Amino acid sequence: MNIVVCIKQVPYPKDVKLDPKTHTLIREGVESIINPFDMYAIEEGLRLKERYGGKVTVLTMGPPQAEEALREALSYGVDDAILLSDKAFAGADTLATSYTLAMGIRKIGDVDIILCGKQTIDSDTAQVGPGLAIRLNIPYVTYVRKIVHLNSKKIRVERIMDDGYETIDLNLPALFTVVKEINEPRVPSLRHKLRASKTRIPIYSAKDIGADIKRLGLNGSATRVINVFKPQRKRKLEWIEGSVEEQVEKLLDRLRTHKIIG
Amino acid sequence: MDYFLTEEQIMIKDLARQVAEERILPVRAKLDEEETFPWELMKDLAQADLFGICIPEEYGGLGGGCFEYCLAIEELARVCIGVTTTYAASGLGAYPILLFGSEEQKQKYLPEIASGKRLGAFAITEANAGSDAGSILTTAAPDGDHYVLNGTKQWITNGGEAEIYTVIAITDRKKGARGASAFIVEKGDPGFSFGKKEKKMGIRSSATREVIFDECRIPKERLIRREGMGFVIAMKVFDISRPGIGALAVGLAQGALDLAVTYAKERVQFGKPIISFQAIQHMLADMATNIEAARALVYAAAKFVDSKPKDASKESAMAKMFSSDMAMKVTTDAVQILGGYGYMRDYPAEKMMRDAKILQIYEGTNQIQRNIIGQALNREYKVRRK
Ligand SMILES: Cc1cc2nc3c(=O)[nH]c(=O)nc-3n(C[C@H](O)[C@H](O)[C@H](O)COP(=O)(O)OP(=O)(O)OC[C@H]3O[C@@H](n4cnc5c(N)ncnc54)[C@H](O)[C@@H]3O)c2cc1C
Ligand SMILES: Cc1cc2nc3c(=O)[nH]c(=O)nc-3n(C[C@H](O)[C@H](O)[C@H](O)COP(=O)(O)OP(=O)(O)OC[C@H]3O[C@@H](n4cnc5c(N)ncnc54)[C@H](O)[C@@H]3O)c2cc1C
Repeated sequence: MNIVVCIKQVPYPKDVKLDPKTHTLIREGVESIINPFDMYAIEEGLRLKERYGGKVTVLTMGPPQAEEALREALSYGVDDAILLSDKAFAGADTLATSYTLAMGIRKIGDVDIILCGKQTIDSDTAQVGPGLAIRLNIPYVTYVRKIVHLNSKKIRVERIMDDGYETIDLNLPALFTVVKEINEPRVPSLRHKLRASKTRIPIYSAKDIGADIKRLGLNGSATRVINVFKPQRKRKLEWIEGSVEEQVEKLLDRLRTHKIIG
Repeated sequence: MDYFLTEEQIMIKDLARQVAEERILPVRAKLDEEETFPWELMKDLAQADLFGICIPEEYGGLGGGCFEYCLAIEELARVCIGVTTTYAASGLGAYPILLFGSEEQKQKYLPEIASGKRLGAFAITEANAGSDAGSILTTAAPDGDHYVLNGTKQWITNGGEAEIYTVIAITDRKKGARGASAFIVEKGDPGFSFGKKEKKMGIRSSATREVIFDECRIPKERLIRREGMGFVIAMKVFDISRPGIGALAVGLAQGALDLAVTYAKERVQFGKPIISFQAIQHMLADMATNIEAARALVYAAAKFVDSKPKDASKESAMAKMFSSDMAMKVTTDAVQILGGYGYMRDYPAEKMMRDAKILQIYEGTNQIQRNIIGQALNREYKVRRK
């Protein structure tokens, strides 16, 4: 089983600041962590490997400092790490990010399972997983809470929903984005930490992955962040008074006038 | 203070701290309150490879020494010495095998302890033999290809939970101090069972239990080294384990200092944070200084042990005694700085103070440590006069 886990390095939530001019996150000099949901993806990758054999590779697109996130992933026991880093990747939105990751995965070659977090905590779009699957032309399931079983061709997963869960069978290769209910991540191990500190992590550029420069970074992004602002709260508070019956009548009235009930 | 640790030593420290903060901290009060054995945490420590720190690589460990072990113990102890005692007692069970075991015994038992798959324990104390270990009554009699053990050991840390026990028993009463031997007993051996589980003042998540040998038959290959070595083995084991008790004390005291300083900066009386009162500052200053002194002594003793000297009894007794007396004082002062809140179970200070007391008692009381140091001095100066 060849498993790839996509992880993103994100700023530690307590330290987040926005650049007032560019409206982007200030990432320099801020303590970084692996996106918390990606920790569950790493753990699931390791568990699949322990159950079914194979190899787990972590992949990230990011600045050179994202290497730290990869080293941390290695300390949990993943086998390999690859960093996609190039000035041309900068400013990528979900479109450009998923294209770049797809090209990186093509370069890795035969992959059976791709795991992503359900979303990041710094941008929250939850689009990269599905976008990546589409570009690789493989099936995907989001919000996976359990991988029930798998053989070399087929896999059964459970997908969390608001009011229960779905059981889905699909063919491999496939991509899954996982929720935190899926497992409890382990602690790192000393042996793997020692190995991680000595591992040379390959860095792939746009050229290395054979990417089309027009589809990368800001160039390849369909979105531009124009402004970031705090929404103004426009809330009105009204006390409904009277006996219980009167209150109910008045409330129903209000709900009807605002067309909340028919 | 910067001890100029190597990259690997820093890694051990960081990892132990991460496990302590992420896993132990959220549950320590509950474990204490409910007196539950921390199996989940033992699995985390095993996953982190922390059980293998001072076991050689050829037996599945990481090949570190007493010093590296102390670094891990100290970080874990900052958060809970109940859990850390459980962890360290497994190592205590492994030491007799590590130091004196046959190649077969090492191959069989050390990898299991190093991986944390099975816990170890060490059993010498009995109801009527504490400091006076020479008066133990448990016997081991040869019988064909077996030894048959009879007797009851008391207050055995990890009793009932551990699977590998090193046990000191009398093989020839007539030979006095040369009449005891060390054996490996496994959970599940016929005639081996567990008695009363103690209710304790502190380190309540650790298991302290009677272990009972009733016609307990074990194969002859479970004897460690040879008959008559029991007390020598026990003493040598304590010589390398006692810096670890010092590390428990340093970690515990550091945790208490962290708490006391943080609290003193926040608590306002007479319109000022109490840390602005010189009386409080002086207490904190003494606490911090004594911790640093104990740490220096523990690290020095541990490194001395790692240099494999002929005799480390004095140095390791000093590290154990000085640090545990220090931790008792520092945790008591931490409660004082927190005032009434310190006495309440809402804060960890009272637990730290309850926990600290054991460090002055187990692995030889601090009176016994002073005896060891005194006797060593007596020997040293005799030698020099010649
Ligand atoms: C409105 C908006 C504002 C933005 N603001 C900023 C900003 O201020 N600063 C800035 O730098 N960027 C910004 N971006 C870009 C944003 O960081 C990218 O869209 C990002 O590369 C992917 O989106 P996401 O973080 O929401 O990932 P999601 O789609 O939420 O992530 C899902 C999963 O995909 C995987 N994944 C995501 N990104 C990567 C990656 N780089 N490498 C490997 N795996 C990955 C992970 O497994 C992750 O759990 C913004 C984007 C938008 C749409
Ligand atoms: C929580 C806990 C866990 C333990 N875990 C283990 C374990 O895993 N394995 C194990 O084998 N044992 C264990 N013990 C036993 C521990 O090592 C003994 O309690 C300790 O050695 C002291 O023995 P004692 O309690 O019988 O005290 P005693 O020996 O009866 O001592 C009573 C008092 O007299 C003092 N005293 C005794 N002799 C002298 C002397 N010659 N000079 C000066 N003062 C003296 C002592 O210092 C003490 O203050 C544990 C004990 C506890 C409480």
